[in-house]
This record gives sequence, C-alpha cells and structure tokens, in this order.
Amino acid sequence: MPTVTLNKKVFEELVGRKLPLEELKDRISMLGTDLERIEGDEIEVEIFPNRPDMLSEQGFARAFSSFIGVKKGLRKYTTTKFGSSLTIQDVPKTWPYAVACVVKGLRFDDEKIREVIQLQEKLGTTLTRNRKKGGIGLYPLDKITFPIMFVGKKPENIKFRPLGFPTELTAHQILAQHPKGREYGHIMESWDTFPVFVDAKGVIMSMPPIINSHDVGKIDETTTNVFIEGTGPDLNTIMTSLYILTTSLADMGGTIHSLEMVYPDKKINFPDFTLRKMKLDLQYINTRLGLDLQEKNAIELLERMGFGYDTGNVLIPKYRNDILHQVDLAEDIAIAYGYENFEEEIPNVATIGEEHHLKKFARKVREILAGLKMIEVKNYHLITAEDLNRKMNLDNPLISLQNALGEHNHLRNAILPSLIKNIRENQHNEFPQNIFEVGRVFTHDTNTETKIGENEHLSVVLCHDKTDFTEIKQVLDTVLSSLGICYTIQETQHASFIPGRVGEIIIHDKSIGIIGELSPEVITLWNIQVPIVAFEVDVEMLFKTIKF
Amino acid sequence: MDLQKLSLKLHPLERQVLPVLTKETELGAITKKSGLQEIEVMRALQWLENKEIVSVHTEKKKVVQLDRNGIKYKREGLPEKAFLAVLSDEFKGLNVITKKSKLSREEVNACIGLLKRKVAIEVQNGDVLSVKITNQGKKLIGMPSFEEQFLAKEFPLDILLIKDIDKHAFDELKKRKEFLKVEEQKTVTVMLTEIGHKLLTTNLTHDVINRLTPAMLKTGSWKNKEFRAYDIEINVPKIYPGKKHFVTEAVEYITQIWLDMGFKEMSGGYVQSAFWDLDALFVPQDHPAREMQDTFYVEGKAILPPLWTKVKEVHENGGDTGSTGWQYTFSQEESEKVLLRTHTTVLSARTISNLTKVDLPAKFFSVGKVFRNETLDWKHLFEFYQVEGIVVDPHANLKHLKGYLTQFYKKMGFDKVRMRPAHFPYTEPSLEVDVFHPVKKEWIELGGAGIFRPEVVKPLLGFDCPVLAWGQGMGRIIAEYWNITDIRDLYKNDLKQIRNMKSWLK
Repeated sequence: MPTVTLNKKVFEELVGRKLPLEELKDRISMLGTDLERIEGDEIEVEIFPNRPDMLSEQGFARAFSSFIGVKKGLRKYTTTKFGSSLTIQDVPKTWPYAVACVVKGLRFDDEKIREVIQLQEKLGTTLTRNRKKGGIGLYPLDKITFPIMFVGKKPENIKFRPLGFPTELTAHQILAQHPKGREYGHIMESWDTFPVFVDAKGVIMSMPPIINSHDVGKIDETTTNVFIEGTGPDLNTIMTSLYILTTSLADMGGTIHSLEMVYPDKKINFPDFTLRKMKLDLQYINTRLGLDLQEKNAIELLERMGFGYDTGNVLIPKYRNDILHQVDLAEDIAIAYGYENFEEEIPNVATIGEEHHLKKFARKVREILAGLKMIEVKNYHLITAEDLNRKMNLDNPLISLQNALGEHNHLRNAILPSLIKNIRENQHNEFPQNIFEVGRVFTHDTNTETKIGENEHLSVVLCHDKTDFTEIKQVLDTVLSSLGICYTIQETQHASFIPGRVGEIIIHDKSIGIIGELSPEVITLWNIQVPIVAFEVDVEMLFKTIKF
Repeated sequence: MDLQKLSLKLHPLERQVLPVLTKETELGAITKKSGLQEIEVMRALQWLENKEIVSVHTEKKKVVQLDRNGIKYKREGLPEKAFLAVLSDEFKGLNVITKKSKLSREEVNACIGLLKRKVAIEVQNGDVLSVKITNQGKKLIGMPSFEEQFLAKEFPLDILLIKDIDKHAFDELKKRKEFLKVEEQKTVTVMLTEIGHKLLTTNLTHDVINRLTPAMLKTGSWKNKEFRAYDIEINVPKIYPGKKHFVTEAVEYITQIWLDMGFKEMSGGYVQSAFWDLDALFVPQDHPAREMQDTFYVEGKAILPPLWTKVKEVHENGGDTGSTGWQYTFSQEESEKVLLRTHTTVLSARTISNLTKVDLPAKFFSVGKVFRNETLDWKHLFEFYQVEGIVVDPHANLKHLKGYLTQFYKKMGFDKVRMRPAHFPYTEPSLEVDVFHPVKKEWIELGGAGIFRPEVVKPLLGFDCPVLAWGQGMGRIIAEYWNITDIRDLYKNDLKQIRNMKSWLK
C-alpha cells in the first residue's frame, strides 16, 4: 500500500493545530491511516486504497483537521469558466476519455513541487493502477495556446522532446528509449494510433499515458498557472483523480477554472463541484454499530469526517469515491465516534460448537501414533517436482504453480516424499527416526470445481538400522485396530519400494494406501544410508469405514 | 570417608574399570583393557569422579582429518595430475580431455580453475573450451606438488603442528570440496585420587545384589544380602516421547477456544477459484492483491456456480444491494482462474452461501493454511495458518465483534485488545486488531476484522444480515511462545527441536 511523506510544519499549518507527539500518533492511527514513522520534520503514513483523497498533504490535512475537530464539515470548492475548450477526436478506442481544467494563482517552490509530483505519482500507482486505468498530466499554462485537441495519431507522425531528454524522439523511440516508455509502453502495445495533446499552434504537448513534452509540459518554480488533464479508459477514475488533484491545488491557494470537453457526441463542463447526495439511514447505521445515535450526533460525526448534511441527506465531496453504500457512511461515523470508544460485548445467544469430523479424526490418529513414540512433522504443501518424482523413482503427472517465486513450485500428490526429505535433513540427529504427518495432498480430478482433487493423507516413516516390513506393518496394524478397522495387504508393484516387500492396503475391496520397504535406489537418490520403511493411507477413506 | 560404605556403592562397571586404572591413564587404553564399550567406561568414570575416586582431565585439540575426497585422492593421486598428463602443446577440446583423463565433469572444472591459477595451462574460449599445457605445467608433472606432499602425511594431524612451509598446501586443500576436515579431538586422562588408591587396597568383590530378579523373589535368595546402593542423584540418559508437532498443539488449543465459545468448524479446499476467493468477497478484479506476484495461480479454468451472475451484478452496479458497485465490466475469465486460497475468508463465503434464515444465528471458525506468493525468509512464509471466524446474526454489531475477539485473545494470554480503522474491500467497518503485549509493553498487530459488506452478504445469503468476520495471523504468537525468532523454524522439522520442545501449556 502507498505511503505518503508529509512535512510536519506544512501539515500543522494546514491542520490549524499543533498536537503533542503522542496524541498526533494516536489520532493518525485512529483516523484510519497506518502511521509508519515520525522523524524530525517528516511524517510518513500509509494510506489505505479506499482513501486516495488522503494521498496529498492537503487532502490528508483536510481530513485530519476535521477529524480532530478544528475545521469540520464540508469544504466548498468553486469554479469559474476559463472560456475555452478541449476537443476529443479520433482517439484509440481503448483510451477514449479525457477531462481537463485550469488552476491559476499558484506559487510553487521546491516543497510544493515535491508535493504535487508525489501526489501525481501516488494517484498513478493506486487509483489509476500504474496507468492502466488512466494518466494525469500538468503543464505551465503560459506555454500553450488554446483551444486544445486530444487526438489519435499514427506513431510515425509523433515526434517531440520528451521530459528529461535532450533531443526530439519519435513515438516508437520514446517507447524504446525513455524510462517511462519502457515502463509503461506495454499499455499501448496493440494500439494502431497513439493519443497526443496538441495545442492551437500544433505543438505536441504530451503522449498520454507515457510522457509530457519537455518544452511545454514541465512545471517549475516559475509556474503560476497550470493546465491539468486526465485521460484513460475509465471516466470515473480520471475524474476522481482530477478532483483530488485540483482540490489539493486549491488548498495551496489556486483558483479552479473549468473547460468545455467537446466529444463527437456530447459536451461536458469540467470540473463540476455539484455535490453527490446519499440519504442517511440512521436506524441501519445504529443497528450495525450497536449505537443509539440521534440525528444531531450523526451530523456532528459526519462533519468530523468532512461530509455535509442537508435535511436527511449526506452531502459527499467529489474527491470521496469510496462511498458506495450506507455502510460506508456507517464506517465513517464509527471512525469519528472512535473505535476505541466501542465497549466490548458478548451477546447472550446460544449456538452449539462442533469440531469438523475429519479434523477430529485426524486428532485421534495423531494421538495413537504419538502413543507409539512417533514424532509428528509438519511440511509445506508446496514441494519440488524433483522431490515428488525423480527422487522417488516415479513419473506421475504433477500439478505445477504458474508463477511461484521460490523453488517450491508444485502441489504435493503424496506426503511420503516430504517425510523422506525430513529424514534426509535429520541425518545428524539421533536414531531411530520414526515420524508421521497428517496432511493434504492434491491430484488432477475432473469431477471437482477446480479440476483438482484434495485428500487428507496419513504417512508414517520408520528409519533406523534394523527396521523392516514387519515393524511398519505393526504400526499400521496398531493404528487400524485401534480404529476398529479390518484390512488386508495385497502384494503389488511400486517403483519406490523393493519388489516383493510392498503391498496395497485393502479395506472392503478398495485400496486405501500403500505399505512397504523403500528401495535402496530411492534411499540412495536421497543420499541416505539408513533403511526406511513406510506407509501412506487416505484418511478420509479410513474415516468412512469406521463404525461409531 | 567410610571405604567400606563407598565400596558397597560401586556399580559393576566401576568395579571393572577401577583395577585397570592402576596401569592405564588414557581413555582409549582403559577401554581396551577393561573389555568394555567406550560409553560404558565413560559412564563408570563419571560416577567414579562424582565419588571423588578418580580425577578426569579432558584436553581438547584441533586435528586435521582427511575427508571423503582427501581419502580418495590420497589413494588415486590428485585429479590435476591426471588432467595435466593428457594435455599437450596443442589446444585440445574439453570433451577429449575429459574422456582421456577419465575424470568427471566436476573434477575437470575444478582442475581448470586450479591449474589456471598456477599458470600451468592456457585456456581458449571458442565454440568449445579448449586447453593446452604451458611450460610451467610441464614442470609440475614431474615433481610432487605441495598438496601431494601434504596429503602424504599421517592423519589425524595436530593443527598446531602444521609447519609454515605446509601452511600454503593446507589452505589450498581446505578450499577444495571435501578434502580436509578440521575436527576437535579430545584426550581424556584419568588419575586415581588418594581415596581411589586407598579403595583399591580394600576388597572390592562384595557379594551385593545389583539387580533384583524374578528368580531371587521366587527363591528368597535376596534375604540376608546387601543391595548395592545407587547414586540416586546422578543424571539419567534422556528418553524421548512420541509427540505431536508443537504447532499442532497450538492449533488444537485455538480450535478448542472457538469450540468452547459455540463456534462450528469450517473446512474446505486449499485450491479455489478466483470467484470464491475474491469475487464473492467483493474484491474488485483489478485489485492490486490479485496480481501475479501476490497469489499462486494454478493452470486451468474453474467451474462457476449459478451465483456468479449475482456477484457480477454487484461488482458492476451494486445489483439489488443498494450499492453503486465498483462500476466496471466484470470478467468471467478472471473469475475462472484457479488459485491457492489467499485467505480462509473463502471458507466463510462458501459457508454463508449454504445458510438459510432458519440457521441463524450461526457462528463458524476455522484454523487453516493460506498461501501467499513469497520467497521464504526469516519473517515470511508462503503458507501459514490463519484463524478465521464469522458470526451471522441479525442482531450482531461492532461491539459484539470486539467482544468475541477480546474473549479469544484473553484465552491466548493477551488481556487488552484494541481496534483501529483499516480497509478491506469486503468489510465495512473494517478494522485492524492489535493486542497489548504484556512483556514487551507494546501493541502488536494480528490481523483484520470487520462486518461483511452487504455487497458480500446479500448475493451469498439471499438477504442482508450483519456478519461479523475476522482473519487473524497466528504465526507470530505461536513462534513467540517458543522463543522462535526466525519464522521458518516453525516448520524446519528438526527432530531434535521437536523432541526437546516444551509443550504448549496455555
């Protein structure tokens, strides 16, 4: 999740109150932001993805100031018409939207430029999902001439000097050579035309969502008026991004001016600060929170979260895109009320507890085996193909993971290889090493929802100088007779075991597992020098045969 | 000291060892002469020392021993010699050299590095690597190398006695795989004390009873005889119980807490569709957590339940829940992806989808494994336990949530529980649960909780109803109980660790 670094002085000025350090820390956490650290003049907070409006110093301070009760209620933002337009025409179908506006009267310094760039970056990684859902750009107003066009052009017809580069490049060169082109070029991979902003003089201002022009798309300390645009496949997302950005700039002292977006089929004035309304359902909220709030309490709490209120309706600022439902208001009211102020309570409702039948059964099996002086081990369900097949002298179909970061990239189809691996890694410890595991294994199964079948297995391994088939059969015999299960062993072939010393475990004519002495080839493949005997059974099939 | 009494206390092993001590002082010799096993002699000596009959001195020194390859090459000659022998002034391909020298690939590679450093060969990088001998190399063939001279020595070799001229050869050989190993060798010398000498002058052949046998009881032959007195304070050899894995003990305890609180246990697949694991929980399909780097995906397409259409609507426009939804186009392909469950909350979603009005109120829990695509390190595992719970109750509220969790953590040994605002796509309000660590005196973060959103509940249950929900990580608490700081040690399956681990006593 994104973190934002705030300048403590600027922050306190914006909030309008200076809190003692401990209280500041506590209030930041209780507002619903994870405080990462406060060091000297820097406050670093982690912003949850539902509150992109807090990604700016201004937005965060705005929310915080309301929360601690300094400047409560709705902030009013207004806009006047700039008196020009942006025409959207022939842009790629996958990147069809653009909105833009003008903010004037800014006074940038190093700190403010850092803030604006940080906000732009953070919005990029969160709200617009690394530019997949949109991109935002800022331009010094003085360098461009209105009206402006957002048009699609053939890449070979696009040539300009991208930000931070000494020379002009073509669109393809930008994708190949510019760091931003290399990073985000994949978004445009299949596009025939690339979208560009062009001003009235025909100057290419930028190529969204990759890069601005160095000549007309770079803001610095001398910039006072800016043109801001957002483009992308999702109109809501880019509008929210620009509402967050413009209100932050307004909080820095700028004035917001709207433009007319001219689409082939419609015209939109942007921005438009008309508020969204949601009816307040106080009963619903009280039930959910276990509170008994009156309307006036609710209004006070809503104001502490920056909302307005007008006869039964909550007024929602434009930069809040996380209010989908009444429950979202409930949460904000709960935050303002203070999570720490909710009393704990256990309702007097009788329900009957019940252990899952297989877990209970596995618990009994574990107890029997522990009584036989066996040690339980617990292995991962992910293992290597080499351990499952090659080292077991097998060639079974395996289930691999598509994208595992580590070497454990297959789901195990048996527990036995994990146990032998344990023996291998315990060569330096005392023998006998008699171990077991109850756990899950995975196989292909077309009858399930995911086409992967899952079964609980039990596997036991005995490893010491004098172990043999008799000893492992004694263990199996004890386990099964303790469970009241009759079984037979039927000779079989299995590439991991010594021929003539391996059998299937049969219950009611059905094979539920395998028992035998591990072949010296397999033991040697694992680089072990002590005999090993083992069995593995399906626990669920065992469970089905027991009589209570 | 009453010598008579002392002599009565002697164990048969001590009686056997004691006479030998007048002639021998070194452990090996004592063992040989006594005809006992070394372990038996050691035990006898320890007992004798406890009785102040002997004094035992142990001297440790480091010695160099030949390792597997050291033994082999001492016998067969060093591989670089064989390597040099097949070279000539012409460049020869590596395959030819390998074949002629009868060395393994690994040996050949080692030789190249080694001989390059000694300027004994010249290497050419072409299509195939080829090698020719240098004049320096020819010289080497004729004379025994430092390493060979070193290997020719008698081992074990006292490390302090390695002369300066041998140091270089020693260092070189130590670098090579399994040539030499440095071991600690113990020399044990035993001296009789004054008491010991005196004791030996007395008669040590008492007619005492060592072990009471069924025959003695039958015949009564034990009567009027003395039993050898034991040294009952002495340490006994360790025996090991069979036992459950210590993590299982903790899991069973946690399970019991929820059962006691009237919760039913949920269980289900580790392999799930993205639909059940994420879509049904209202996680938008472009949510960053769904990306490849966080989730393990498995090949294949899952079958979707009829419920899918309802969930699709809720994502796109809120359906009939009164929500606006996420306002995007929902993808079937994304729903069909198969993955390893990223949280046990998927079990809660499935459980809710099987409930009807008459089942309420209902409470469920699970303690189950979840998977995250991480590389293993001291604080990350790719699979770990999550403690999950839901309370489906028309009258449930946020205070109850705090109540259940507080109760649970009290039983886990944490009296103070704190809730902080947080964000999860499927709960509203969402909260982070912290407990106050009574020893460290700080809040520790243990997981998420909240009340499921109507966008989650209504499609699954058919109507909106408050569902309290939590998913807590237990690894940290479990590891800490046993002072484990590297989280991987929970599942390293070291038998010594499991055998000696204290039980879960909460």
